[in-house]
Amino acid sequence: MNSVIIVGASLAGVRTAEALRGAHFGGDITLIGDEEEWPYDRPPLSKRFLASESDEQRLLLRTTESYEQDRITLVLGRRATGLEVAPDRVNVSLDDGSSVSAGALVVATGTRPRILDVPQTHPYTYDLRTHRDSVAIRERLVPGARVAIIGAGFIGAEVASTAKTLGCDVTVLEAAPTPLARALGERMGRACAGLHQANGVSLRTSTVITAIHEDGVHLGDGSVVQADVVVTGIGVTPNVEWLQGSGLSIADGVLCDSSLRVHRTESSEVFTNVVAAGDVARFPNALFGEEMRVEHWTNAVETATHAAATLMGSIEAFTPVPYFWSDQYGKKIQFLGRASNFDEVKVVEGSIEEGSWLALYRSGDRFVGALGVSKIRSLMKLRPLLARATSWNEVLSPSL
Amino acid sequence: MKVIVDFDRCQSNALCMDAAPDIFEVRDDGFLYVLNDEPGPDRLAAAQEAARLCPTQAITLV
Repeated sequence: MNSVIIVGASLAGVRTAEALRGAHFGGDITLIGDEEEWPYDRPPLSKRFLASESDEQRLLLRTTESYEQDRITLVLGRRATGLEVAPDRVNVSLDDGSSVSAGALVVATGTRPRILDVPQTHPYTYDLRTHRDSVAIRERLVPGARVAIIGAGFIGAEVASTAKTLGCDVTVLEAAPTPLARALGERMGRACAGLHQANGVSLRTSTVITAIHEDGVHLGDGSVVQADVVVTGIGVTPNVEWLQGSGLSIADGVLCDSSLRVHRTESSEVFTNVVAAGDVARFPNALFGEEMRVEHWTNAVETATHAAATLMGSIEAFTPVPYFWSDQYGKKIQFLGRASNFDEVKVVEGSIEEGSWLALYRSGDRFVGALGVSKIRSLMKLRPLLARATSWNEVLSPSL
Repeated sequence: MKVIVDFDRCQSNALCMDAAPDIFEVRDDGFLYVLNDEPGPDRLAAAQEAARLCPTQAITLV
């Protein structure tokens, strides 16, 4: 392998390039991104950057000079449109008609916001994924502005919290009866969603959106939530369309083996020179016995490190303890592990009523996940226990 | 090696505490405390891991 193309110049792509250099890879690295901006970090886009407490310089993942220093060739504002893979060669076509070749490929094209498929005539409706989105939204978050947020997931909740802090009049609309139920389960989802009302933000669940017109968001029951600005956060879709016909296996992301090498279409075989990183990668995690695709910051960093090691010849299995955090209304919500298939959730410290608690998740006889709401220290101490597949009885024992 | 934390950037996510508990500690008050800002060379890998995992890029090693 004498050269690598990384498609996707966000966190996963940039960190893969860094990890390759860290592992003394001396060949050419070409990093291709479809946005014009220098690679930047996304979590602040719904938090400090949106609140104007942080600037463009602070968003950057690395200094602009550092790319040249590390001999990383950046191709910005170019979208990959196609891929051909040969045993020792990959060829990526770009949207300006040009193409780039190398010995190996890292797929790090991430995800994009899901589109709400209803008539939209409101002039100020936004998704939130990019720097540009955040800049456009923050111009509208003036005191007294009526803000409707569609989707009570983590992005929606963070935007609601930021908008409230800026003095806006905020309503959150959720399609499900309980927000965050898929991520945290019904009970903890309800408990976290309680932060909205506790902070003066109106939350309406089981809503059906029929249209977004000039006056606001139209609902299935005939009512209208009046809004000066509408922000939608209803989940994301992996960016895999450019891989159609390439021979890479695609199913809600790019299908990888346990070391993040990408599978061939309808085959148990993998490409030895194609890996994936970030939230486009779907991989089996032996620690939890399930296949996962993780849309969080830490996963981008960890897959990047692992994918780079795999390209450098490692075949070690990737078995992370997934982690995410969300900052809302002055609280820090953190989750470690999995809540996809749990049998029981138990609050072991603090309480929902006092607004600060630690809850553990059980699946069978195993401890599989932990939720902390402003319980940073206690939560993080559980990470080693999740990493070594601890039993439920052991985690509940008083000696811990 | 010297550990420098930009406390304006730090948001107490505590991933550093998991990577290097002898260097970083987030206490119950929600703030990060640096327990050892000049760790020995044997702790370089752990300190680098902490810096790499910090979601706000608040940790630098010089």
